[in-house]
Amino acid sequence: MSRNKLVLCLALATLLTASSFAADTGAIRIGAIFAITGPAANLGLPESRTLQMLVDDANAAGGIGGKKIELFMKDSQGNAEKALSFAKQLVEEQEVLAIIGPSTTGESMKIKSYCDENETILISCAAAETIVNPVAKWVFKTPQMDSFAAQMIFTTMKKLGITRIGAVVSNSGFGQGGKAQLEKLAPANGIDLAITEVYESTATDLTGVLTKIKAENVQAVVNWSVEPAQSLVPKNMKQMGFEVPLFQSHGFGNINYVTMAGKAADGIVFPAGRLLVADALPAGHPQKQLLSAYKKEYETMFKEDVSTFGGHAYDAFLLLTEAVKRAGSADRGKVRDALEGLKGVAGTAGIFSFSPTDHNGLTMDAFEMLTVKNGAFALYRK
Amino acid sequence: MRATQLLQYLLAGIATGSVYAVVAIGFTVVYNATGIINFAQGEFLMLGGMIAISLAPVMPLPAAIAVAVLATGAAGVLLQIVFLSWLKNPAVLRMIIITIGLSILVREAGLHIWDEKVHALPFFSGDETSSLAVLGARISPQVLWVLVISACMVVGLTLFFRSTLLGKAMRACASNPTAARLCGIRASTVVTLSFFLAAAMGALAGCAVSPLTQTQYDMGSSLAVKGFTCAVLGGLGSVPAAVAAGLVVGVLETASVSVLPLAYKDVVALGILLLILVLKPQGLFARRPVAQARAGG
Repeated sequence: MSRNKLVLCLALATLLTASSFAADTGAIRIGAIFAITGPAANLGLPESRTLQMLVDDANAAGGIGGKKIELFMKDSQGNAEKALSFAKQLVEEQEVLAIIGPSTTGESMKIKSYCDENETILISCAAAETIVNPVAKWVFKTPQMDSFAAQMIFTTMKKLGITRIGAVVSNSGFGQGGKAQLEKLAPANGIDLAITEVYESTATDLTGVLTKIKAENVQAVVNWSVEPAQSLVPKNMKQMGFEVPLFQSHGFGNINYVTMAGKAADGIVFPAGRLLVADALPAGHPQKQLLSAYKKEYETMFKEDVSTFGGHAYDAFLLLTEAVKRAGSADRGKVRDALEGLKGVAGTAGIFSFSPTDHNGLTMDAFEMLTVKNGAFALYRK
Repeated sequence: MRATQLLQYLLAGIATGSVYAVVAIGFTVVYNATGIINFAQGEFLMLGGMIAISLAPVMPLPAAIAVAVLATGAAGVLLQIVFLSWLKNPAVLRMIIITIGLSILVREAGLHIWDEKVHALPFFSGDETSSLAVLGARISPQVLWVLVISACMVVGLTLFFRSTLLGKAMRACASNPTAARLCGIRASTVVTLSFFLAAAMGALAGCAVSPLTQTQYDMGSSLAVKGFTCAVLGGLGSVPAAVAAGLVVGVLETASVSVLPLAYKDVVALGILLLILVLKPQGLFARRPVAQARAGG
């Protein structure tokens, strides 16, 4: 009996020493879960490319505080079940300091409580409010809140004298989050949300539902999704002669959607971070230098236009490394505390100032209203 | 409801239905020759669209589409020869499962050859914003292109199956392979040819719908479900019936949108499918049963 106990104690002691060695001398282990392929690949691919680029840069410059970074990147294909099993793998097998991602709201919500219970930092790259509200101790997110986006849209509508609108949203977590915010904020803004319809994220034609919305005599339409439907809505509206302003969510921040919608994209109004209009910012803007540098490096390396989604991964990595530097170690608890204490850090989405009650750290000021002019993004002025 | 609005719903339904119809044709062709449902049919649309999109910048649009149709036809033949032709008297179920595997293979190949992004061919006439006025309602001219192309496919295939020796041989193989073989028809060649036809038709459909639906590597499976529904509704085996069924489903789906929330659209389409399978298994228009026991013959 006692000999068995002794063996057990010895085994435990060996294990403990081994794991503490791994933590002290090893590289900083960072996990990442992105929808690199699948329907949300427009988000996940730029995110994975950005993160890989930043990790390579940081390692080439000697790592963080002399420690190299080891990156474990997983492709969830936008599937929440896969995201959860990858999260378990990263936490239990790779014992990572933090997980960056997932790309979509549905996946982030799936692993939120798991990461929180297992005391692993999660910095989500998805938009919905629910990821950080209610606040979970270990969960942060970098994209702007969808409530800010809805509010920006309503503010612009008020300036235009629009009072009666219709909305279409996709049946993804992002679309549902947007629907909730639109419905919640419309009354306070004096906007009558006459009709809200939910479409399949694989939809290939939305003329039918737009006909229904047109019949409601609305003055504007809002589309809230991250899917290719963002290009179908403007095309279908023009083809059926539905001539009212179209507003989209911050999910529209990828020039590929504009290219797909062609001429029909002109005049679309949507809120987005400043990355898309980096060159148009005044010289003294605190984000200008960082945005221009990221845009230039990304576009040179990958031969494609930068998108706000890659920016969310950029911010996650920037904030995490900043927290590691301030904590002076790669201890999960210390890094988490340092992360929560960060104030006034300029990222691609805005200026981040975290607090124990705010794990997004951005304000409404992070958004600009943008529009599409001749197939390119431009600042919206009205 | 005002008349213009009613007409707008109808046109919207035709726009949706024209896409379903053109997908359903491919299912019908393979079923006609082999008695199997080729679940890789949606992937042929993707391949055709993607190849034409890649070629469109370097050659005129009609040439790009022609090359895409031939190349996809060749891909269909290749898949049939490599994965299906060596099977001796395969069970229908086994062949269907193989086509599901093929669809995954082609989809993943599409992802690696092209990318995860959405692409689209330019509109055949006009651009994204053009629309035709029909009695006060409006529709994209591309929908007319899809309808004209489906009509050409219907006429062409009907003539082919009714009037040419090869077409008759294909129908003979479908109704009784053993008897067809005794008459000197090489069943294996006929099956290969049917895959060429289905792939080529799929590619043409994929090009025609690309400006409307946009083309992405994983578009195949969701289109295939709708196309399959319409093919069954049309009684599997009749090309004109498949097209008619496509338009019916499109219009009914859109009509449902006018009274129900949009989320119920697919419930309507699949509800129709279930009803038909239970009440009228031979399809809306055809005379012979869908679940024809081919082996027994």
